[in-house]
Amino acid sequence: MADITRTREEGGFILEPSPTRPGPPAKIPLLHPAHNYETVTRKITSLVFNRTPSGWYIGMAILGLGMMLFTASVGYLFARGVGIWGINIPVAWGFDIINFVWWIGIGHAGTLISAILLLLHQEWRTSINRIAESMTLFAVACAGMYPILHLGRPWLAYWLLPYPSPTNLWPQFRSPLVWDVFAVSTYATVSLLFWYTGLVPDLATMRDRTKNRFLRVVYGMGSLGWRGSARHWNNYQMAYLLLAGLSTPLVVSVHSVVSFDFAVSILPGWHSTIFPPYFVAGAIFAGFAMVLTIVIPLRAFYRLHDLITMRHIDNMAKVTLVTGLVVAYGYLSEIFFAYYSGEYFEKFFITNRITGAYAWSFWALILCNVIAPQFLWSKRVRHNLPAVFLLMMFVNIGMWLERFVIIVGSLHRGHLPSSWAQYAGTFWDWSLFLGTMALFLFLFFLFIRALPAIAIFETRELIHPDQSQTETPA
Amino acid sequence: MTLKLETPIYGLLAEFDGEHELMHAAEQVRDAGYRKIDAYTPVPVHGLSEALGLPRSRVPLIVLCGGLIGGTTGLLLQYWTMAKAYPLNVAGRPLAAWPSFIPPAFEMTILFASFGAVFGWILLNSLPQPYHPVFNVKRFERATTDGWFLSIEASDPKFEYGETRQFLASLGAKEVSDVEH
Repeated sequence: MADITRTREEGGFILEPSPTRPGPPAKIPLLHPAHNYETVTRKITSLVFNRTPSGWYIGMAILGLGMMLFTASVGYLFARGVGIWGINIPVAWGFDIINFVWWIGIGHAGTLISAILLLLHQEWRTSINRIAESMTLFAVACAGMYPILHLGRPWLAYWLLPYPSPTNLWPQFRSPLVWDVFAVSTYATVSLLFWYTGLVPDLATMRDRTKNRFLRVVYGMGSLGWRGSARHWNNYQMAYLLLAGLSTPLVVSVHSVVSFDFAVSILPGWHSTIFPPYFVAGAIFAGFAMVLTIVIPLRAFYRLHDLITMRHIDNMAKVTLVTGLVVAYGYLSEIFFAYYSGEYFEKFFITNRITGAYAWSFWALILCNVIAPQFLWSKRVRHNLPAVFLLMMFVNIGMWLERFVIIVGSLHRGHLPSSWAQYAGTFWDWSLFLGTMALFLFLFFLFIRALPAIAIFETRELIHPDQSQTETPA
Repeated sequence: MTLKLETPIYGLLAEFDGEHELMHAAEQVRDAGYRKIDAYTPVPVHGLSEALGLPRSRVPLIVLCGGLIGGTTGLLLQYWTMAKAYPLNVAGRPLAAWPSFIPPAFEMTILFASFGAVFGWILLNSLPQPYHPVFNVKRFERATTDGWFLSIEASDPKFEYGETRQFLASLGAKEVSDVEH
């Protein structure tokens, strides 16, 4: 059997299609055909059991600095209050809400990959679903902090929850901001449950393969004593399928509720019925871009070419292209409805978006989210990893700009000209944003070294049963 | 104090070459009248629970109950707080604003149904259970990589040590091991 863990230069086998091959290329298999249960298990567990690569330490050192920046930003915010940010009246929502929506949108691709693609029997989700679900968890952790940090008195965040208090006050359920509390906290909880459920059989594999007694106890506790018994699988598979079924409407509802935060108000640029579908598509667009941003370097660093093939990259690029087109349709329909409404202020607002003080952000958004993804129509581009990575960086920036355009672009020119103002982020806005990025990657680095980054038992299911046995007995 | 055990061993554990062999053996063992049987596989095997004669999973029922409890709680909580406990008149709009109550009630439905699914599968499987006799068999650590196992408990009324061992071997088992308590 060829050593599939080596690169082509070392005499191994990797699944890059040959550019010189004539005719339509055959479908690339989702897994290298030489893999069996043992090799797949060994390869994935080796990401954790092998010696820590020096690149990991270097990355962690840099991220550690980022975490210090994060801590300093939050600490200074708690000491001085939200006045250290650039927000003002009328632009009371600045970087905090932009970044909240940006992060939570990124999370959505994780749930899409793990739940919706499972229900649609898309087997290519298997190699990337654990990475995407972890991305969801860490992105939601970053997102969830922002509204609380924005509260002004963050130590009173529990006032958002309905609980019997001596003041007899209750949250106002007719407000979308309270819906958001329910949507985001449910989303974070269900994502965690789904992620952990998927991990249990793999933690049992880790328990049974580790040579270290301490780790065996740790993984053993995490695996809850999983034995892979037919009774276990019977209940497990039913629960997993139902969780996927429950997560699917959840992911759609969460970003719809986030969009209601805007759409239910009467501000031009926010008060629009296109918002829920356009926000959900934008979330998936941003999320797939972020999955690719993570997967491409990770695949190169750990040489996962046999597990994450070009077909995975190609499929994800296609989803990004499609959702990008939906988002572009959203931008167009906003302009059309402003014109078609005949409403003076709507027309003023859209003209201001395209030609006003923040026109640069609108045109940069069009470049990043509408023009850049069009290159993905070409198969050659989709199979060129640096090009895909670059385009995904455009999308990451573009989706941030979209929220900037929606939030700042609408707030700074409200109905009352006497309260018009300009907005710009301060140092502390940027430092907190960079800090959450460091937190996100920091958690990701820990995850890669501690838990199986690819779902082991689901990858085994891709192997034909006849190939399941290892030839050399253990 | 010594622990009093009804049987000298927990049972027998047979290892098979692969999915088909295990499935075939499971059907034979079930048809021979054994009831306290279980199979251990590295991947979920379609049809194995039918081959072993296991009942349908009860997880869906728990999920349904969870969802109903969550949705009802969500709606009642909002109705009571908004219309009864803290009626706040906002420009004369209705206090019981049902359309506004839908998103939180929906989220509560999903949340409780998901709790039902996760705690359902964990508790129906009698987990967490750090110790189980099958872990005493050294070879069993392959069950989470590429081992296919079938067990018959000694407490099964049909269990006869020599005979059952012979029977398992005749089904094509690679190896039959005694499982200590």
